[in-house]
Amino acid sequence: MAAFLINSVGLPEWLAWTITALVAAGLILNVIAGGALAFIWAERKIAARIQDRLGPTRTGGRFGWLQSLADGIKLLAKEDLMPDGADGMLFRIAPYVSFCASFCAFIALPFAFDFVGQRLNVGVFFVIAVLGLEVFGVILAGYASASKWSLFGAMREAAQVVSYEVPLGMCVVVPVMLAGSMDLVTIAEKQAGWLTNWYLFHDPFTFVIFWVYVTCAVASVNRAPFDLAEAESELVAGFHTEYSGLRWSFFFMAEYASMFLVSALAAILFMGGWNGPVPLAALAGLSEGTGDTAHYLVRVVGLANLLTKATLGVLFMMWIRWTLPRLRIDQVMTTCLKYCTPIAAVMFAGAMLWQLAFPGGLIPGMARPAGEIREGWLEGPGGQSAPVVVPSVDGTVAKAVR
Amino acid sequence: MGNESMISLSGMVMTPVLAAGLPLAAINWHSVLFLLFASLASIFAVGVVLADNVVRMALYLVFSLAATAGLFFLAGAEFIGAMQLMIYVGGTLVLLVFGVMLTAQAPFVSIKPSAADRALAGLAGSSLLVVLLAAAVSVDSWQRPGLSEVTAPTATPLGMALLGMRVDGPAAGAAAGAVANGYLLPFEIVSIHLLVVLVGAAYLARAKRRRTPRPIDAAASAVSVVEGITRVELPAALPPRSGSASALVSGGSK
Repeated sequence: MAAFLINSVGLPEWLAWTITALVAAGLILNVIAGGALAFIWAERKIAARIQDRLGPTRTGGRFGWLQSLADGIKLLAKEDLMPDGADGMLFRIAPYVSFCASFCAFIALPFAFDFVGQRLNVGVFFVIAVLGLEVFGVILAGYASASKWSLFGAMREAAQVVSYEVPLGMCVVVPVMLAGSMDLVTIAEKQAGWLTNWYLFHDPFTFVIFWVYVTCAVASVNRAPFDLAEAESELVAGFHTEYSGLRWSFFFMAEYASMFLVSALAAILFMGGWNGPVPLAALAGLSEGTGDTAHYLVRVVGLANLLTKATLGVLFMMWIRWTLPRLRIDQVMTTCLKYCTPIAAVMFAGAMLWQLAFPGGLIPGMARPAGEIREGWLEGPGGQSAPVVVPSVDGTVAKAVR
Repeated sequence: MGNESMISLSGMVMTPVLAAGLPLAAINWHSVLFLLFASLASIFAVGVVLADNVVRMALYLVFSLAATAGLFFLAGAEFIGAMQLMIYVGGTLVLLVFGVMLTAQAPFVSIKPSAADRALAGLAGSSLLVVLLAAAVSVDSWQRPGLSEVTAPTATPLGMALLGMRVDGPAAGAAAGAVANGYLLPFEIVSIHLLVVLVGAAYLARAKRRRTPRPIDAAASAVSVVEGITRVELPAALPPRSGSASALVSGGSK
């Protein structure tokens, strides 16, 4: 886009880059805010249906689809309260810390091939690192509220998030290992082709570890059954007990943004990212290169693919939330340390051994590209290959790295 | 919308071609961003020193370290930047938690160092600053603003080197076909050390569970308890259940 602004419109370079950055940031912000509006409405409807109710029906026509907007206006109009004993600065800054952490993680998240704020070659690592920072806002909120409920909620959240980062990291390593890259774009590109190329169906171990990832992801974004930080039956509302109005809604936007983020991450790591179950573009003779309109259309379809998968992930989390009862804190820790971590470790080793035993996959003919030498840089300077050459058999990186 | 749709920081460092006569175009935006992040880091670092609330200190430390991560990203060292976020900023989380837990008690809510402490800290800090500044100024290549494009920075060579495969090739003058040594051994040594630390931490922090004594121990402790008071006849056959053993202990101490 910046090159287009420079070359076609004739803007100066600094202005072109600034506009590009602002457009990208605005788009991400809209994904977060618009997503939160839609998901809050969906959550109301899903909760209602699971509990055999109707949910919002009146606001804005047939399905109450304007309910989120009405909520938003209500939140705007609410009085912004702060407790007397609160630490004012920390109390005010906490929601923004949470929100900024979620927002920053979106920068490195690709929505389709090349539809990415900033493509990082350590994208997975960056997203996981930034996602863990969201808890800062919660702890600050809990501390600054000068309320025992809030403090309890914050402490629980800290313990939970710190614990669940371990199995989460282990789950994420498996697709990284299979793809040979931490670049999210590369990882998704490696799963191009038919449904069977998705890492979810790569081998039994990745299938199991996907569900471990789902568990850890739900826990790391504090959704029920892991929402101990805001256990309303014991802690009133947990860390955001003292918050109201717009500040409170920032926490919720951060929560829904994180839900969407981990779902999109799951889609990219395990479910082919923007590659649909059937390689329509490849069958039609198109490829995701750069250039003309057809390729652009391919990417828009890919964008729809990814958004659909991520939305399904969020809906799945809602389904879980309204189905399962909340765990106790010791059960949360047991789930993490006694189940998720060992299972993830074993599955990691298993996926590694599977890759050694069946490097071509069990179904050889299913559109998986033939073996290529992945690490071209291991070749010697004179063109002859060095003694160590790592053969890769599952896909090509040349297209993605370029 | 190809690669160019990415917001690349490297685009900002290029000399503006179409300046359009605006003074803004003459600014080196890379330097501006560098100064922005650097001053943020410095300001919050000063904030850490001046704040007297532990939680605020930790928060300022987080901001300072995050700004440093921004500097790394600006330099194109994405892996180091993400590491900075993960390890330092994430590690400060634990510090923050401790701060929150400490400030639940009144004496720690605000920390006011004495004048002597301030003087000592100022002395140590300023002498360290002088040493660092002298070292930084003395490096010749750092004095000129040299902007070089990073060609496709990637963390893969780093990881491969840790696995024992160097990408940058053998050193000059090495035999033909030689491969440069990787860092597998140091990596493994560090890993083992960390594992030992983890196991040790888990051992130290384990729940102190009251152990039901084994019959033989119970009998022995029963002997030691009542020693000097009376002699206890050890049963010829030790009871198999620990419950009866504890009964023995209580009976012995009576």
